[in-house]
Amino acid sequence: MSKAVLFDGPGCIGCRACEDACKKKYNLPAIEITGATELPAEPTTHKGTYTQPAELSAYTWIKVRRTEIDDAKGFRTVHSLRKCMHCIHPACVAACPVGALHKDDNGATVYDDKKCIGCRYCMLACPFGVPTYEWDKPVPFIRKCIFCPDLLAEEKPPACVTACSKRTKCITIGEREAQLALGRKMIAEGKGKGEHGGDKYVDHIYGEKEVGGTNWLYLSEEPFEISGLRTFDSKILPADFQEKSWAGSWGELSQSTSEPVTVNAERAMLAVPFALPGVAIIMSGLYWVFKRKDKLIQENVDRKNQGKVTK
Amino acid sequence: MIQKKRSFPIGISILIAIALLGLWLVIRRFIYGLGAVSNLSDGRPWGFWISFDLYCGVALAAGGFTMAAAVYIFNLKKYHPVVRPAILTAFLGYTLVILALLVDIGAPWYIWHPLIYANIHSPLFEVAIAVMTYTLVLALEFSPAVFERLNWHVPLKAIRSIQIPLVVAGIAISTGHQSSLGSMLLMSPDSLHPLWYTPILPILFLISAVAVGPAVVILESTLSGKIFGHKLGQDILSGLGKALPIILGIYLLMKVADLVVRGDIGLIFSASPQNLLWWGEIIIGVILPIILLSMPKVRQSRNGVFSSALLVVVGLIFNRFNTSMLALAIRPGYAYTPSWMEVAISAGLVSWALLIIWLLYHVLPIASHENEEATV
Repeated sequence: MSKAVLFDGPGCIGCRACEDACKKKYNLPAIEITGATELPAEPTTHKGTYTQPAELSAYTWIKVRRTEIDDAKGFRTVHSLRKCMHCIHPACVAACPVGALHKDDNGATVYDDKKCIGCRYCMLACPFGVPTYEWDKPVPFIRKCIFCPDLLAEEKPPACVTACSKRTKCITIGEREAQLALGRKMIAEGKGKGEHGGDKYVDHIYGEKEVGGTNWLYLSEEPFEISGLRTFDSKILPADFQEKSWAGSWGELSQSTSEPVTVNAERAMLAVPFALPGVAIIMSGLYWVFKRKDKLIQENVDRKNQGKVTK
Repeated sequence: MIQKKRSFPIGISILIAIALLGLWLVIRRFIYGLGAVSNLSDGRPWGFWISFDLYCGVALAAGGFTMAAAVYIFNLKKYHPVVRPAILTAFLGYTLVILALLVDIGAPWYIWHPLIYANIHSPLFEVAIAVMTYTLVLALEFSPAVFERLNWHVPLKAIRSIQIPLVVAGIAISTGHQSSLGSMLLMSPDSLHPLWYTPILPILFLISAVAVGPAVVILESTLSGKIFGHKLGQDILSGLGKALPIILGIYLLMKVADLVVRGDIGLIFSASPQNLLWWGEIIIGVILPIILLSMPKVRQSRNGVFSSALLVVVGLIFNRFNTSMLALAIRPGYAYTPSWMEVAISAGLVSWALLIIWLLYHVLPIASHENEEATV
């Protein structure tokens, strides 16, 4: 039902064809390399072409992250991708007050710029810090990978996957369950076959369970933190959250996933339709009580005065 | 509102200068983009405008619904002289919030979209609808002052007939959005520091708003009294001052109990430097005012009540900056300090508001029939 992409970390050679393909498909401009860009957000002090662009931005929606390690096992590099994870229960979708971000039938988190009011709450909510903004445009929009929805609709792979498959085939697309099975198979077959001793892959598919599960899944030979893929508190999804019909309204959450970051906010919003009328009723009741008390006191005073007058 | 910290009025010509500077910067934003007038970035999408104009602005305007509740629901007639000024302050405060949001959001021409595209799961949706609705309620609650001045008896009678439903609606709506501003931050469990992140954050936001409402009323009435020559009765100030330690006490209890229950109470000593932020907001905004206002000698003194109320306001501002900026982790590789332009735009909006208040106090019956040292 949901399309998912599996990224094979050790397979990536860092050629960045995926970045080129994405930029070409969406006509995203090149980023200045000197650091004096028009985007104040471009946090680059690097000069030289390989590290440019340094980070995701309105003009860079996928980025290969290259990390060097030098320890007992020797010098090596690790490649990973930095991009939208297309979460199953996205924080950005829950956060957007006008629903400009939503999940489509293929599991992609897509953006409707005709609804967006530019509040940037999605940027705050995303646990991966993915959505970016057009800070240099008078009519700005949120920008991020949208999983090439037009290509997915035609049963074709996204631009980055096609570009990669021409070289190393380290990213593949398929149904999420099939991709998870493939990942587990690759981990099992990679036991003991690591290039630097040990297993080829860490025994974990990143994105299987994180934040309720994502549709971009990662395999790596080194701990994921090294690639900037953070660890989350692995709280198991609370049972009541799974039962709520609205909780799965934009992506089925499987059992034993970690909590999406939206859990507490969504619970708070559930309370609103009860809290507001409740407060109104209580305040109306209190108004009546105090008015009545006033009325009784006044009647008492009137009675006393009348008594004085008739005497 | 923040201007209570400065002596008021600063000087009408200075206010006009700041207002015009702000206006010029807003025009630059619409020509060159948000990046040209701010230090906002992908690593810090919300900055000074959201922390100050939205979070502080909405909380500091809580005097409207708290005073309306005190006078019209709880029948505490003694506070009647402060209701109308409180409603005006709240109305202008909320108008400022909306104007500031028109600058901050990227597509202000779509600001009405929450009315037609509703995502009921979003706390920000609730805040948007509630702020729009409540500003209307405040305008209606304030309209009698306008109708009295214009001698429009029919509209005056009509508004007076729905006054209590308006007050009840205002309290319910305010409860909703004051707490939803806290709910918004629940979406960031990994960015907001554990000293503040808690599932009960919406409740803490509501209680602190209920506390700062009377504090702002104390400041506003004292300052406007000095400027326009009226003097508010000491018993009103003392009464408001007496309520504050009770509300703040409940707030402190809940905050500490929450930390203990979550097992994070040790962080108030170990989590550096955030623990300094925490202690700062708690000592200035909660502990000191509780101690001071528990003393009858302080409550009976105009300066004592004013200073204590000022501490509450400063502490609240500190808390809202902590939760929406200072204790919210910034993404690696990014840095943020507010640009002078962001501060100037906010200052410009506040200057416009001050100029309007000054005009309205001269033109409308806001405080004129409430001058005397009130006895009832």
